[in-house]
Amino acid sequence: MSTEKTFRLDGRDIPFIEGDTVMDAALRAGEYIPHLCHNPEFPPHGSCRVCVVDVNGRHQCSCTLPADENMDVDNSSEAITDVRRSLLQMLFVEGNHTCPGCEKSGACQLQAVAYNTRMLNPHFTHFFPKRSIDASHPEIVFYYNRCILCGLCERVSRDIDKKSVFAITGRGINSKLEFNSLSGKLGDTELSADDKAASVCPVGAILPKYKGFEVPIGERLYDTKPISVVGDVAANHSAEDSVLGNADEYSSDE
Amino acid sequence: MSSTLETAANPQILKRIAIDPLTRVEGHGKVTLLQDDNNNIKQARLHITEFRGFEKFIQGRPYWELPVLVQRLCGICPVSHHLAAAKATDMIVSASELTPTADKIRRLMHFGQTLQSHALHFFHLCSPDLLFGFDDDVRHRNIVGVIEDHPEIARQGVLLRKFGQEIIRITSGKRIHGTGAIPGGVNKSLSKSEVAYLQADVQQVIAWAQDAVQLVKKVFFEHYDYHQAFASIESNMMSLVRPDGAFELYDGGLRARDIRGNSIFDHVDYRQYEEYIRENVKNWSYMKFPFITSLGEEDGWYRVGPLARVNNCDFFGTELAEQERIQFMAIGNGLPVQSTLAFHWARLIELLHCTEAIAEILEDKDLRGKELVNKGELVCCGTGVIEAPRGTLFHHYEINDEGIVEKASLIVSTTNNNQAMNESIRKVSSQYLDGNELSEALLNQVEVAIRAYDPCLSCATHAMGKMPMEISLLDANNELIDRLEKNSSGQINRTL
Ligand code: SF4
Ligand code: FES
Repeated sequence: MSTEKTFRLDGRDIPFIEGDTVMDAALRAGEYIPHLCHNPEFPPHGSCRVCVVDVNGRHQCSCTLPADENMDVDNSSEAITDVRRSLLQMLFVEGNHTCPGCEKSGACQLQAVAYNTRMLNPHFTHFFPKRSIDASHPEIVFYYNRCILCGLCERVSRDIDKKSVFAITGRGINSKLEFNSLSGKLGDTELSADDKAASVCPVGAILPKYKGFEVPIGERLYDTKPISVVGDVAANHSAEDSVLGNADEYSSDE
Repeated sequence: MSSTLETAANPQILKRIAIDPLTRVEGHGKVTLLQDDNNNIKQARLHITEFRGFEKFIQGRPYWELPVLVQRLCGICPVSHHLAAAKATDMIVSASELTPTADKIRRLMHFGQTLQSHALHFFHLCSPDLLFGFDDDVRHRNIVGVIEDHPEIARQGVLLRKFGQEIIRITSGKRIHGTGAIPGGVNKSLSKSEVAYLQADVQQVIAWAQDAVQLVKKVFFEHYDYHQAFASIESNMMSLVRPDGAFELYDGGLRARDIRGNSIFDHVDYRQYEEYIRENVKNWSYMKFPFITSLGEEDGWYRVGPLARVNNCDFFGTELAEQERIQFMAIGNGLPVQSTLAFHWARLIELLHCTEAIAEILEDKDLRGKELVNKGELVCCGTGVIEAPRGTLFHHYEINDEGIVEKASLIVSTTNNNQAMNESIRKVSSQYLDGNELSEALLNQVEVAIRAYDPCLSCATHAMGKMPMEISLLDANNELIDRLEKNSSGQINRTL
């Protein structure tokens, strides 16, 4: 017992093992740290910065920071929540995240994390970018408006599905998600509805086609319990949400 | 320049405000009266600052999102758009018949919506006019005055509306902008306890609705001649009716009758509406002017909404409403009732019908069924038509083979009544205009005439009935002769 290593998080001792990040150890110990681009199933990416914590007076990204015994981590003060909230507000104004018209509303990680930080308004001026929908795939529809460039689909398609269907191209404010096909259309890629990449999106950017608002209000993932209790969208992905067995009604290959 | 203005100490508590060129100016009821050489009003124009571009906004969106998306078109009757779009998408997924559960849940939602909309309109916006008379002091002639002088009526109004909202909440998940109807059906049915919860109040609600009809009737008969004559115009009437001719709000064939009550068309499959109705554009209005094709532009305009529906139907499927309909029709002496103020009476007969129909449908076990959705082949287009609280509402969509909307056309209830509202305003203005000067009385009467139609203008429901209005008088040379403005606190200024 005495050999167990720990660090402090919000005044509690969190055990960790060699190689753990602060995020890994905290989640295992049942402490929720808000995150978007991180999915515990895959290596960390460190791009959204929503998992920011205060470690010994410095802001650090908990999903990539190796745990260490001398750490005193603030994960829940008003100050750190303010920082996260600002990051989320920037994400909200950069895209067109109109929750009321979105199928994912109520089961969206971006929305749920925003609730977690008690975000009540977008604060910044909306960019209102002009972005479209790609519905060329027979079973999946892609909404450019809602992509937060977390890179999960890109990583998973490359590393797990071995297809490299998605890639984030461009830099800074000009970054965008592109599809690996000559036409640039999702329908011309190798993506298949049972690919892991088709179900990792934390927001409503990659969705099954021909399906909307079938889960009534009150029964959606985060309707009754917060994300700190329920966990990530991807971890709650069930057979019922699957794009399989849905689009076959209308897919027009034959 | 002081640096304190450049860098705020706590930027996170400040709100950044961008002045967007698209920010809409607060909706006003704006009326222009045009005189001829003899100083008679030859035309009245109601300028409606309706938000346009609905059709564009919908283009490029997947059809399966439509029922939820279109609710954003109108904050005043979102459920009507929700259901009209759902009906159109039923066609797109070839759900020619819904499951009994889906059909009844949607009907229940629609009755709830009509009940709440009618209750709001009558008690909040019209009861002050009707209870206190149109000459009452504007500072008293509002809902606050009703609450003070007739607390029981005001209370019943609030509770009737709340009951309708509860139905919407239970069938769609939220009191506004819920998600109940989806292409081919609904996403939930009712539980036993939800049914019981609504049943607990429904008899009381019917009783209140009966009182409301008695009240409006009493007011109508007390000033019978005034009510008959005020803003009264002779128009064709259009509405949906059930195949057996009964009153219908959710689904049926289109019926149009002329000023004598003779049929223009009947039981028309609404999917063919474009053959029967055309729309005209006028250079002074953003809102189109629909007309019945066979009668032409001049004579083909019509009225929709409660007045048209009660006139057009052969009977009500519920007992109490049917008794009221018979009394209502009696004032027409065999002809359709054309009095514009009879809109209020008709509206409350409908409200009563909704409460009875809700009680009936709540008895139905299908509400608790498990079969929610029916789907078939995907086809290219769909049309959905319903009787919204304010009248017939048309939605039509065409999709491409990816399921994305390429074309959307809507005709909303207020548009259907566009010409009729202008005619009623002209009638009232001719009656009340004295010389070349606009009077406060005239402005008030014009407002009362517009309100009878319950147009879904943001201004019409502004601040619980304190509708800001502007009325201008132009002579034959288009010169402005007079202008009155009323702000939302009821103050009237001459702004010539
Ligand atoms: S589509 Fe979804 S998973 Fe892919 S980068 Fe965008 S937000 Fe992340
Ligand atoms: S979750 Fe750590 S940076 Fe995105």
